[in-house]
Amino acid sequence: MSTPLRPGAATPAAVPPAGAADRSAGIDVRQALRRDARWRWWEIALLAALAASWFGLPGHALLGNEIAILALFALSLDLILGYAGIVSLGHAAFFGVGAYGAALFAKHVLPDPLVGLVVAMAAAALLGLLTSPLILRGTDLTRLMVTLGVAAVLYELANRFDQITGGADGLQGVVIGPLPGGLEFDLAGRVAWGYSLAVLVLALLLCRRLVHSPFGTGLQALRDNRLRASALGLNVNARLVAVYAIAAALAGAAGALLAQTTGFASLDVLDFHRSADVMLVVVIGGAGWLWGGVLGAIAFKLLHDLIASWTPQYWTFWLGLFLVVLMLVGRERLLRPWTWWRRAP
Amino acid sequence: MLTLLFDGIAYGMLLFVLAVGLAVTMGLMNFINLAHGAFAMAGGYATVLLMQHFDLPFLATLPLAFLITAAAGALMERTLYRPMYAKPHLDQVLFSIGLVFMAVAAVDYLLGSQQQFVKLPAFLQGRLDFEAVGIGKYRLFIVVVCALLALALQWVLARTRFGSRLRAAVDDPRVASGLGINVNRVFLLTFAVGSGLAGLGGALGAEVLGLDPTFPLKFMIYFLIVVAVGGTSSVTGPLVAALLLGIADVAGKYYAPKIGAFIVYALMIAILLWRPQGLFVRKGAR
Repeated sequence: MSTPLRPGAATPAAVPPAGAADRSAGIDVRQALRRDARWRWWEIALLAALAASWFGLPGHALLGNEIAILALFALSLDLILGYAGIVSLGHAAFFGVGAYGAALFAKHVLPDPLVGLVVAMAAAALLGLLTSPLILRGTDLTRLMVTLGVAAVLYELANRFDQITGGADGLQGVVIGPLPGGLEFDLAGRVAWGYSLAVLVLALLLCRRLVHSPFGTGLQALRDNRLRASALGLNVNARLVAVYAIAAALAGAAGALLAQTTGFASLDVLDFHRSADVMLVVVIGGAGWLWGGVLGAIAFKLLHDLIASWTPQYWTFWLGLFLVVLMLVGRERLLRPWTWWRRAP
Repeated sequence: MLTLLFDGIAYGMLLFVLAVGLAVTMGLMNFINLAHGAFAMAGGYATVLLMQHFDLPFLATLPLAFLITAAAGALMERTLYRPMYAKPHLDQVLFSIGLVFMAVAAVDYLLGSQQQFVKLPAFLQGRLDFEAVGIGKYRLFIVVVCALLALALQWVLARTRFGSRLRAAVDDPRVASGLGINVNRVFLLTFAVGSGLAGLGGALGAEVLGLDPTFPLKFMIYFLIVVAVGGTSSVTGPLVAALLLGIADVAGKYYAPKIGAFIVYALMIAILLWRPQGLFVRKGAR
């Protein structure tokens, strides 16, 4: 998690002449930004662990693939929720458009997975651009409702035009061609897992570059105080539209990965529970922190598998209980057991 | 045609009673409570169980459904909801969605996932025919009860001392508590009554809307639409929004069954684009 800039930290240096103070403050800010952007050892370790999992756990390829896709999806929600402060209960809209886009493209135009991925991302980004005016106005409640509504509208449309989408039965007969280098998607799913992991790592690197750029710093400024950010001369709306479209493209990529690696797309990709799940993943992992999506996805999937194998029918009860306790205690405190019996500040 | 309109009105009235508690508590505490439907479900199940196990008549179970859910609401407000008021909206959304998940799974576990039925007394069955317009007796009953409730609510809010305290607390809780109003108590009472109304709505609607453990998830979106479109600062706003939604939904499902829900969502997005704060917002309110 990046530390917010503290103007107060720079002021003690500002005792001597005014000009020098300005310069030293400027250097301080730049140094602070650069310090935030530096690679930490654990970040490199996490990347290495992601790569190593592919070699070390060949038996868990299907689960690993699901986790990679969910992590990418969560990363995209984290970008708008954690960095820009846009609450969304309808992020599945972009996931679904990506999934259907990739599946339909492979079925009717070209089976090449990489071209399909780009097409799906473009379609989702376009939808993000089109729907971005909806999230610029109103309160949190309005945003929740409008994003929920967009996903619901898409769900109904996909249900209505079932000759195109296959409706409730799903889109059958999607055949995906081999990856460059002649790698065919196999039944065991190792190639699929590697493909998803590669896309995830690329997206992580891209997002990391993005949030430490002036654009990303501006996003965090407007998340914390929109009025002040616009008074400082940031074009708030342009930034929100841009980040919404980027996040939509990443969600579309996640959807496309799902459709390509399973060779299937159904109404389920647009369902409400998908939007709720991904929000949960971001919250478990921690919002406003790029690795939160990855860690949250791993925790969520493992938790899901564990509880579902124990009580398959009622696992949502334990999920709900977990959420309630998490929110009542607070994520920060739950992860630090030694603060449990301390009074909240 | 007119029958359809009347069904839409009955449906809308029912949605109003179900959602009005949510509107008031949301306006009062600025708390996004997605678990409101769980209270409605509790009311519905209270009616079903009371009728099955204690042989109470349907009409007698309605006030009991109200009381039971109101008591449950008061208890939950005291223990679970109060610490959440100061938290960000996202935390509140996740907290209440967690409650919904728990309620759905718990009811499923305790009572089974099958649909529950309410046996209506004989005088509420059948339909009245005026010329070409057929009106279900039970629908008429719902409309009358809900209209009376709406009038009573409006009266309480506008005319009584509690109502003026409530409005003061909604406008500015800090100033209100400075004036000697016990804001916490007002919150507690309002939350209890709001949950009770949801329970009553659930009991009344068990026959029309259907009652099974997924009820809170199925209707959560509808309640939220009513509140988001109607605004949270009055009783009339949610009422008009609920009627609009009820009529649009019934008409949409009748004339275009495949895209009925589509119409509702599209309508909501259009209204929220046009007026992001809801249709009816008092000037000067936050």
